[in-house]
Amino acid sequence: MTDAKKKGATATDARRAWDEKVSSSARQRDALFTSISGEEVDLLYTPEDIADLDYERDLSFPGEFPYTRGVRSNMYRGRLWTMRQFSGFGTPEDSNRRNKFLLDHGQTGLSVAFDLPTIMGYDSDHERAEGEVGVCGVAIDSLRDMETLFDGIPLDKVSTSMTINAPAAVLLAMYICVGEKQGVPSETLRGTLQNDLLKEYIAQKTWIFPPNPSMRIITDIMSYCAEHVPQWNTISISGYHIREAGSTALQELAFTLADGFAYVEAGIAAGMDVDEFAPRLSHFFNSHLDFFEEVAKFRAARRIWATDMREKYGAKNPKSWLMRFHTQTAGCSLTAQQPFNNVVRTALEGLAAVMGGTQSLHTNSMDETLALPSEEAVHVALRTQQVIAFESGVANVIDPLGGSYYVEALTDKMEKGCREYFEQIEKLGGVIPAIEKGFFQREIARAAFRYQREIEEKKRIVVGVNDYVDEGEEIKIDLLRIGPEVEVRQKKVLSDVRRDRDDAGVTAALAGLRAAAEGTDNLMPHFIDCCRVYATEGEMIDVLREVFGEYREPPIYW
Amino acid sequence: MADRIRVLVAKPGLDGHDRGAKVVASALRDAGMEVIYTGLHQTPEMIVNAAIQEDVDVVALSILSGAHMTMFPRVLKLLKEAGADDVVVTGGGVIPAEDMAELAKMGVDRLFGPGSDTREIAAYIREIVATKRG
Repeated sequence: MTDAKKKGATATDARRAWDEKVSSSARQRDALFTSISGEEVDLLYTPEDIADLDYERDLSFPGEFPYTRGVRSNMYRGRLWTMRQFSGFGTPEDSNRRNKFLLDHGQTGLSVAFDLPTIMGYDSDHERAEGEVGVCGVAIDSLRDMETLFDGIPLDKVSTSMTINAPAAVLLAMYICVGEKQGVPSETLRGTLQNDLLKEYIAQKTWIFPPNPSMRIITDIMSYCAEHVPQWNTISISGYHIREAGSTALQELAFTLADGFAYVEAGIAAGMDVDEFAPRLSHFFNSHLDFFEEVAKFRAARRIWATDMREKYGAKNPKSWLMRFHTQTAGCSLTAQQPFNNVVRTALEGLAAVMGGTQSLHTNSMDETLALPSEEAVHVALRTQQVIAFESGVANVIDPLGGSYYVEALTDKMEKGCREYFEQIEKLGGVIPAIEKGFFQREIARAAFRYQREIEEKKRIVVGVNDYVDEGEEIKIDLLRIGPEVEVRQKKVLSDVRRDRDDAGVTAALAGLRAAAEGTDNLMPHFIDCCRVYATEGEMIDVLREVFGEYREPPIYW
Repeated sequence: MADRIRVLVAKPGLDGHDRGAKVVASALRDAGMEVIYTGLHQTPEMIVNAAIQEDVDVVALSILSGAHMTMFPRVLKLLKEAGADDVVVTGGGVIPAEDMAELAKMGVDRLFGPGSDTREIAAYIREIVATKRG
């Protein structure tokens, strides 16, 4: 242990004496004393662990560089985090109703989940869509569906997060068109696109095009929004899926930041000034069960982003230095067994996100390992956030764990580990070459396998799964099911749209899109033209598939 | 080595959640089986072609998208049409108990949900393949 050696060299006599006493006399439980990520953790942290800490340099005040303690000067006393529950299923009518339900119950922002055919750029009547229409999210084929989804929801009053990646430009174009119809100019639209393709290749695996054309679409969105949709967060640089795929906390942090900096480099390479687009980059992290490790991760993330944006990429606008992020509690930490325990897990994870200074939060529903969340479960999940916000008192004080020997030492360790990963990625030639070499995929698969082994060997206890098991447990939870009628209804709307629209207009708009894709024009205005005349998502994506080709991943599993 | 159990681990449909598939693939390999992993976004046709080409004993499907009631029956049907209905079909993912019961009637004996132990999966495969081989 190099840490222990270092400590030995600087330890005070009192600490050394105490260490000896503990190691010679105290009995220790037979258990694994590592973090959930498998990191060694000391028994005790003392001032020696943070002897090098310089308050103003490393922490400073909230709202001030390097923002370790938070991005806003008064944090949650100014405004609480946005309670944003991810939602979407079935037809646009179904999702519209669920969104209105959530807004009526105090939710302050919308977050739209799309179904897999929409995510993969297939219309609902495509053969690959069969069985998946409206199942994992809402089905959107054309502007008609988007109009229905936001019917009665004024776009100047809500902010909307859309979890969409490869076809992100298409969905943003549709949203802009809905705004036009409601009389809301694009300059006032607020929301977020996930639009993070690098993490798709790394972890979530819902890609369409190869990496380079994907980066071009992303930089087109960044530059279009800088001019026309200035309040829109163009990318939500996501660690969430990396963690769900089985990574450690450190891998989540390092790979997400590496992706983020790759987008910054792409924007600069596309000829933009870094301060033109960087203020609209946002982040999205997972909050897992190891409470302190998570808090340290969030704090380190802010510090690394601010430091490199200023020092390495030369950003001058303080808004470019700010890491604002959304957090979702860890779906992968939930268990199918004894699902009510998941409410407790989610509460701990939500608390870590708040102690880590998140800007918005989704708390998972207890039944998500079984099926789509029921309304009752979603309700409890939202109430969990409200209990944290209004009853626990943690939102009164900024960064309440700042200064903790343990948390500061962990924050430093996270930063150090992260920089080591950056070096490895650099050596592989950068993020895209590292993806092509399977580097991230292998690192994550190994971590996932280690974790699974620890559980199976009972080194790590998961309550209700490998210990404290209720024999013969029968799970009684009402499951929300998406019936085949959703697919039928969706196909009907789609065929009506195809029948009623102006075909010549559609053909012309799609031809314009193709010409832009083959050349270098910004694609966004062309997507908007296509959406306006009710070209379908599948039609637009097919044009790009022909021009850009499709990505294939080599199937590696270890 | 001719007796080594051959397993095709496959990801049908459009979802990209391959954590479970990869963990199971690694565990079965460590348990001494020959594992072929298809990679993502496979159609039932692609899976059945691979199963026949690779002459596997078992096809294990991992589905977390909710499309299991479409995918399993289709793979079963295509295997049957290809005269390969001696291939064991199993799998896992987010599959409600009622659906597991329904699929069992169609010939998918056993499915493994979240929290399953990979050693249990390996033991099941060993046992059922032994029965099939007689």
